[in-house]
Amino acid sequence: MEHPSWAHINLPPIDYQSISYYAQPSDKAKYESLDEVEPEILETFNKLGIPLEEQKILAGVAVDAVIDSVSVHTQFRDKLEKMGILFCSFSEAARDYPDLVKKYLGSVVPYTDNYYAALNSAVFSDGSFVYIPKNVRCPMELSTYFRINAINTGQFERTLIIAEDNSYVSYLEGCTAPMRDENQLHAAVVELIALDNAEIKYSTVQNWYPGNKEGKGGIYNFVTKRGLCKGNGSKILWTQVETGSAVTWKYPSTILKGNNSVSEFYSVAVTNNFQQADTGTKMIHIGKNTKSTIISKGISLGKSSNAYRGLVRIAKTAENARNFSQCDSLLIGSQCAAHTFPYIDVHNNTAIVEHEATTSKIADDQIFYCNQRGLKTEDAIALIVNGFAKEVLNKLPLEFAMEAHKLIAISMEGSVG
Amino acid sequence: MLTIKDLHVSIDGKEILKGVNLTVNPGEIHAIMGPNGSGKSTLSNVIAGRDVFEVTQGEISFLGKNILPLTPEDRACEGIFLAFQYPVEIPGVSMTNFMKAAIEAKHAYHGTTPPSAGEFLQMIKEKQQLVGMSQSLTGRAVNEGFSGGEKKKNDIFQMAMLDPKLAILDETDSGLDIDALKTVAEGVNTLKTNDKAFIVITHYQRLLDYIIPDFVHVLHDGKIVKSGDKSLALELEEKGYDWIK
Repeated sequence: MEHPSWAHINLPPIDYQSISYYAQPSDKAKYESLDEVEPEILETFNKLGIPLEEQKILAGVAVDAVIDSVSVHTQFRDKLEKMGILFCSFSEAARDYPDLVKKYLGSVVPYTDNYYAALNSAVFSDGSFVYIPKNVRCPMELSTYFRINAINTGQFERTLIIAEDNSYVSYLEGCTAPMRDENQLHAAVVELIALDNAEIKYSTVQNWYPGNKEGKGGIYNFVTKRGLCKGNGSKILWTQVETGSAVTWKYPSTILKGNNSVSEFYSVAVTNNFQQADTGTKMIHIGKNTKSTIISKGISLGKSSNAYRGLVRIAKTAENARNFSQCDSLLIGSQCAAHTFPYIDVHNNTAIVEHEATTSKIADDQIFYCNQRGLKTEDAIALIVNGFAKEVLNKLPLEFAMEAHKLIAISMEGSVG
Repeated sequence: MLTIKDLHVSIDGKEILKGVNLTVNPGEIHAIMGPNGSGKSTLSNVIAGRDVFEVTQGEISFLGKNILPLTPEDRACEGIFLAFQYPVEIPGVSMTNFMKAAIEAKHAYHGTTPPSAGEFLQMIKEKQQLVGMSQSLTGRAVNEGFSGGEKKKNDIFQMAMLDPKLAILDETDSGLDIDALKTVAEGVNTLKTNDKAFIVITHYQRLLDYIIPDFVHVLHDGKIVKSGDKSLALELEEKGYDWIK
């Protein structure tokens, strides 16, 4: 396979031979105490209001409190198990529930799908697995955050979520805290399967290391995420807040196969300094009366580049399909860029497809208005940007939404001047 | 409270204010009138610290402090409030959040403790009633989808919340119907105390039927060419500005 070159990103060649494809999970801490961690990272932790013990875990400091986390985790897992919900690491799933894994793994994202999906399929060693049985509504937000030991599952993670008929699950991925990681390339694959009238809500907050202010270092986040609305009346919701990584290149997508199935995609992507993002979604309408909504908010600062790329395809079979897309870009400063690449491909004339796009700058008037009410320019920008992204942030689970607000404010720092 | 001495201001090299002198004491209401382009809005923006204007000469002191080196936000926190001629919209930012941020900024500046969430919401409710805003503001975004009159009333509401020492109303009456005008004026009159001062900038005399000024100044071609009491406003209404020029 050839490395794809169509994205609006500038990427040096990756030396695939120099990547370590499997590392034995190590218990050895990177640091002995928080004092050894970079002060800038600690400052961000404090601004986000992350408790001290969690800060240690995130920064890779030796922690005694893991024992507590494990017990919390066990309690939590017991409760879910009683309802028949399976939530475990991928390796455990492969061992304990091989039939489910065999049936669904690769059914939405086959290994032939794309360059990075092939790479992931060849080398992935762990990830997360969720199974919600029929008629069960998962009572809590499932989060990888609970599985502290899974934080370091590494660069080729695999996630598989199966929601049986009439079930519901909300899954949270990522963390607002900047995560330590030595791996530069992250090529994960996420597959979601929603059966009849099932609903899956998948929220991502991504804040991997973006590289320094000169654009050195930082994570490449090349993830393939796709959901299949397999059953009639099923629903898949994607929400993503992307503020980290040097390069973000991903399109959480949905195949609307079941009749009357629904999918929504809400995205906020912030790029600062030399960050690059080429992100968006694909909505593939196959079933009748299928509906999709795309709301994308791109915010560019510094010398960054932020692209929305989306495909809405209405197949011949998709009678009365409906799509609404809205892509708004906000530019801060004069050296950043925003691009929108919407692809619309309609094969059925009963479909209604709408696309709206705006590009705006924060007006000096708005900043002065805030200044006159006592707000510093930096705080004014954070407030205005949060307002701009509100439609998307409101879709996040409550406790995450608060953190996301702060995270966006932090991403704006140093943007003024 | 506010002393302006020989103030010269330019924008893009063009001189707009050409030596303005003005003294405002606590408890006073000053009206500044004048034809279009005389520099009224420039004066209010310069007091508030808008940086597109360049002060080439003169001084502005507020409560004995030279405020020219201060940022707009510091001037606001010192107690200067500007009700805008054209209040801007900030989409998606709720009035509650906006006011909370503003009040917290003011408390941070003075090193005092901001009100609790409960106290704050109570304050919003009270001030809203005080300025006669019928519709609940709390869920709405800053000026988004507001009518012209609502935007102006919203500025008066913000003034009530922030409790400034000096409030400048920059053509707050323009575009208001008579009922909205009365509401705005009543808001100002309720907020008036002996230790506060107001500068009311207007084209028309009619606002001054409701907000009675202690002094009326006529600004023409960047200078205050005539000052008097409220009867001057009536005279202007009758004769226009030509006789002063």
